[in-house]
Amino acid sequence: MPELLLEVQGLETQFRTPEGVVHAVNGVSFGLKEGETLGVVGESGCGKSVTMLSFLRLIPNPPGKVTAGKALYRGQDLLKMTDEEIRHVRGAQIGMIFQDPMTSLNPVMTIGKQLMEPLQLHLGMNKQQAAVRSAELLEMVGISDAKQHLNDYPHQFSGGMRQRVMIAMALSCNPQILIADEPTTALDVTIQAQIVELVKRLRDELGMTIIWITHDLGIVAGLAQRVIVMYGGFIVEEAPVKELYANISHPYTVGLIGSLPRVDETVRQRLFSIEGMPPVLLNKPTACPFAPRCKWVMERCWKENPPLENISEEHRIACFVDVKTGKAR
Amino acid sequence: MENNKEVLLRVENLVKHFPIYRGVIQRQVGAVRAVDGISFDVFKGETLGLVGESGCGKSTTGRTILQLYKPTSGSVHYGGVDLVKLKGEDMRHMRKKIQMIFQDPYASLNPRMTVGDIIGEPMMVHNAGTALEIQKRVAELLEKVNLNPAFSTRYPHEFSGGQRQRIGIARALSLQPDFIVCDEPISALDVSIQAQVINLLEDLQKQFGLTYLFIAHDLSMVKHISDRVAVMYLGIIVELADRATLYQSPLHPYTQALLSAVPIPDPIMEEKRRRVILEGDVPSPANPPSGCRFRTRCPIAQKGLCDVNQPPLREVTPGHFVACHLVK
Repeated sequence: MPELLLEVQGLETQFRTPEGVVHAVNGVSFGLKEGETLGVVGESGCGKSVTMLSFLRLIPNPPGKVTAGKALYRGQDLLKMTDEEIRHVRGAQIGMIFQDPMTSLNPVMTIGKQLMEPLQLHLGMNKQQAAVRSAELLEMVGISDAKQHLNDYPHQFSGGMRQRVMIAMALSCNPQILIADEPTTALDVTIQAQIVELVKRLRDELGMTIIWITHDLGIVAGLAQRVIVMYGGFIVEEAPVKELYANISHPYTVGLIGSLPRVDETVRQRLFSIEGMPPVLLNKPTACPFAPRCKWVMERCWKENPPLENISEEHRIACFVDVKTGKAR
Repeated sequence: MENNKEVLLRVENLVKHFPIYRGVIQRQVGAVRAVDGISFDVFKGETLGLVGESGCGKSTTGRTILQLYKPTSGSVHYGGVDLVKLKGEDMRHMRKKIQMIFQDPYASLNPRMTVGDIIGEPMMVHNAGTALEIQKRVAELLEKVNLNPAFSTRYPHEFSGGQRQRIGIARALSLQPDFIVCDEPISALDVSIQAQVINLLEDLQKQFGLTYLFIAHDLSMVKHISDRVAVMYLGIIVELADRATLYQSPLHPYTQALLSAVPIPDPIMEEKRRRVILEGDVPSPANPPSGCRFRTRCPIAQKGLCDVNQPPLREVTPGHFVACHLVK
């Protein structure tokens, strides 16, 4: 079994707001094997981005604070590192791409300058070396005439090209892990397909480990090897991708899949919708966070929060109910 | 396809150009050809889906049909009347019958008005009853969209995105319209909330016999809700057919690429799928390519044919329209 490249244990993150303390991440644990692609799925506010930002120490403090947990990267706890050390991990070891390429690129700096900055900072290259490498990187992500484009500003690029630049930047220092936070949400489907295809190609060429955060169960199906489903700051289901789609076991995942119409559906069926709204996490959850919206809810769900337990060797869910029978497991 | 369907709305050669002005004296130097000559019918009681990527002119089409933008040329016949020629009071009356649901539920509700006032405003404007009658009707409408009638005294910021979209739907329904343009009504919502809104729209359609023009970029959602689907690219319709035909045997290379780009939530199918990946981006509508507009990204474009003539939208089999030279 490949060794764990990253191991997150019992991560908890809270935000102080005028309304009270928001419990955004409530004890999240997962491992990341070298070379695998992990999909993290959930709706807005489920804590998927905050989890990643927490162990990268990118949560603004105040108002946010990581209150518990460990994040071991190659055996070293990221949460205990000095600011200097973590800066070298970010960028050089763990690269990140964000959802909105326009707000993550500096509008008054040329693409070339932005690409060269991490190369000079982390890899100690001089200007000429960095410029050559930047052009190579742009070509690698499929931007032709890369040398000319180095002098362009972000506004001269389209959304898809900006996202390519972001990917080039994230990969510039040959990171071990690439964290992609909804990188295709703002893009059209044909451009999304281009980006997904690009990431797949780069993954195979460079042997990268990827965490892909998304709300789209469709993208995850074609890209990830293992999937984590999050809800209300908890992991509610975790399984290898084929096992997950063949054997969906948490009521929330069932609802999420059911609310997606499929482009290959032949008979029109009413969409299975999840009633109600995602939870506001102002109180420390003592019951199952999904209980108010769950079709299979039982007495016990209101009293205890189900722990994440194995239902088969590699499939874990946090639920008391067996959705196939509708009875307690 | 049935032939006895009643045409509710007929769009003919609709064009909407937005002028580009430059210089000190603001001379017109060009135009963004957002909608560039499109024609289609909408049958009574159906949902016509309008799909395309951002910037293809689908929202402009919706707004131009409702005369929220004055069309550059063309006509929009609604129940025998050309909306383009209507003015003032006549148009105002017509607006009762044609309504719109907007994309952004955060921007489309006035934050300083209560929900009751927002939903009641169209009825006030059109003198559709006394204050008391309107109040009653607002409560009724809130119930219709599955919201608590007691919410009418609250303000939009107290509601989530999905609830706001329901408020927008209630407002659109307040004057009992026949035809509603739904402009990306779900794209700002979370997946589980999208299904709620779609189910609501379907229920309301059945209940009131509504006709929808459903504009979206999400092909699977459009397929789910529509009876017929039109695919737009750079201001023109490239393919139009009933949903089963369009999704099972798409003829236009753009439709084929678009469909193959949609991810399917099934890892085993995803492994087997062969994708048509389009190169590059959508060209600027201010300066569209000569001939067929899709030729710059088309995998099968032929020199001397596709770059010379713009292919007309023609009926290849009954009810299936395609604009491509290379489709037999």
